[in-house]
Amino acid sequence: MGEAVGVLLGLVNGLVRCLSLSLTRRYRTKPYQRALAWEHLSWIGADSLPIVSIIAACTGIILALQSAIQLEKVGALSYVANLVGYSLVTELGPLLTALILAGRAGAAFTAEIATMKISEEIDALNVMGIDPVRFLVWPKFAAMLVMVPVLTLWGDFVGIMAGGVFSATALGLSGKVYFEQTASFLQVSDVMSGLVKSAAFGMAITLISCTQGMLAREGAADVGRRTTMAVVQSIFIMILLDLFFTALNYVLR
Amino acid sequence: MSCGRTRHQGREQSGRTGGRLNAPRIVLEGVSVGYGERVVLRDITTELPAGKISVILGGSGCGKSTLLRTLLDLVPVRSGRILIDGADLAAMPPDERMSMRRRLGVLFQDGALLGSLPLGQNVALPLREHTTLDEDMIEEVVRMKLRLVGLEPFIQYFPRQLSGGMRKRAGLARAMALDPAILLCDEPTSGLDPITSADLDQLILELKATFPMTIVVVSHDLESLFAIADYVVVLDKGEMLFHGTLDELKKCRDAFIVRFLGRMPSRESRILGADARGAGRPAPDRRPDADQG
Repeated sequence: MGEAVGVLLGLVNGLVRCLSLSLTRRYRTKPYQRALAWEHLSWIGADSLPIVSIIAACTGIILALQSAIQLEKVGALSYVANLVGYSLVTELGPLLTALILAGRAGAAFTAEIATMKISEEIDALNVMGIDPVRFLVWPKFAAMLVMVPVLTLWGDFVGIMAGGVFSATALGLSGKVYFEQTASFLQVSDVMSGLVKSAAFGMAITLISCTQGMLAREGAADVGRRTTMAVVQSIFIMILLDLFFTALNYVLR
Repeated sequence: MSCGRTRHQGREQSGRTGGRLNAPRIVLEGVSVGYGERVVLRDITTELPAGKISVILGGSGCGKSTLLRTLLDLVPVRSGRILIDGADLAAMPPDERMSMRRRLGVLFQDGALLGSLPLGQNVALPLREHTTLDEDMIEEVVRMKLRLVGLEPFIQYFPRQLSGGMRKRAGLARAMALDPAILLCDEPTSGLDPITSADLDQLILELKATFPMTIVVVSHDLESLFAIADYVVVLDKGEMLFHGTLDELKKCRDAFIVRFLGRMPSRESRILGADARGAGRPAPDRRPDADQG
């Protein structure tokens, strides 16, 4: 436990140093470092689009169906739009996107770093005078910080659209009414609260995954164990963070 | 020379071996290292001569890899200090320490090449990080370093596509990328067939002859020892049993050392009786700098 906290604090310290260097005009990011960052942005962002889109579309339809069952009884079918939009933007969009990325990107981060740790590649970076945090963790952290909110926004859009199309075709709700209702009900602060959550989830996933990777000691079994722990811990911390942000949002509303 | 399980005081080797230009000497003063309660190295005091090949010899688990990792500042010293050209690496501020690390080239046991990068980019990494060379010049240097180890045609290959021996040679090319002042090699011949091992020994000798470097090799390979060593440190159970030249090692009558050397292949046993540097492996032409001392 103590070792894990030490590694985590070391990573946070290294990331703060990277952030301050990035903001310093005198420091010029080397071309290969920019290439690394783009590679991560592309892999985390573009490559995750299909799976995020499918899950968001399904979630939008499920929400429309579930809410329609209750709202039909009281003759308030048009409120399906409110429920789908609000649930997606404030809760399910950020959470489901982060869950997908915890499984897809977080697990890959842990496996990559753990394997590098075991095969002395991280030691090699250290003795070459290359800071492993800046070389390995910073591009992942920056990419997750940018891409989790972007993917969340995309997921929100796809989910709302899918819910609307489904409501129009299967529930008999006018598409115009659905989208007008969504636009009038949702506020910018709802979208922002979801994006803040998703950025926090992205940071948590990266920190937990990279910490677990750095803690790997020896053998393929440890890589597997660390990867599993990273995903489980990421999900656990995300739920706690979600609770915290939702409570904060409720208090500040 | 010091032979036997004794405490070593002072710097017995100081000034004994003349250094080559720019090659630093490494001094260990009462170095002890441990993990938690366990002491892995006890009171190691010796001087690894400048511009020479020092072999740290010992059986499995004797602490020789820990000593190498301590020299690399990857494992903290519990007591004592390590001086590189008089400078204590552990006491340096982070910037100076990073700068000193750039003077070290390391060949890890399995090469430790980054699996996600092709060979060329692995060798280019320290150049991209620590120099302002443009990409054309970097590629030129990378090709030169890979040519040095006979791997230029494999510049686009990923480490997983190379054999164990090729990975070690590639690791050597990367270690040489910034023309280090100190080259440290962790078990360079372990897991290799005798011919590939001999080729790697030959490569290390050629590097020593060509570049002004202090080379430290951790090994338990006796053939390698007799092929490349100028200076030997023998460890057993974390203690230093011997430090001195190869000739002095042969005269040492410490029971462990006699037993350890007695495990040599018969071909090397014959060499022991004659002149290890002139007969058998290494062949005379395998020591390109034999006359340079």
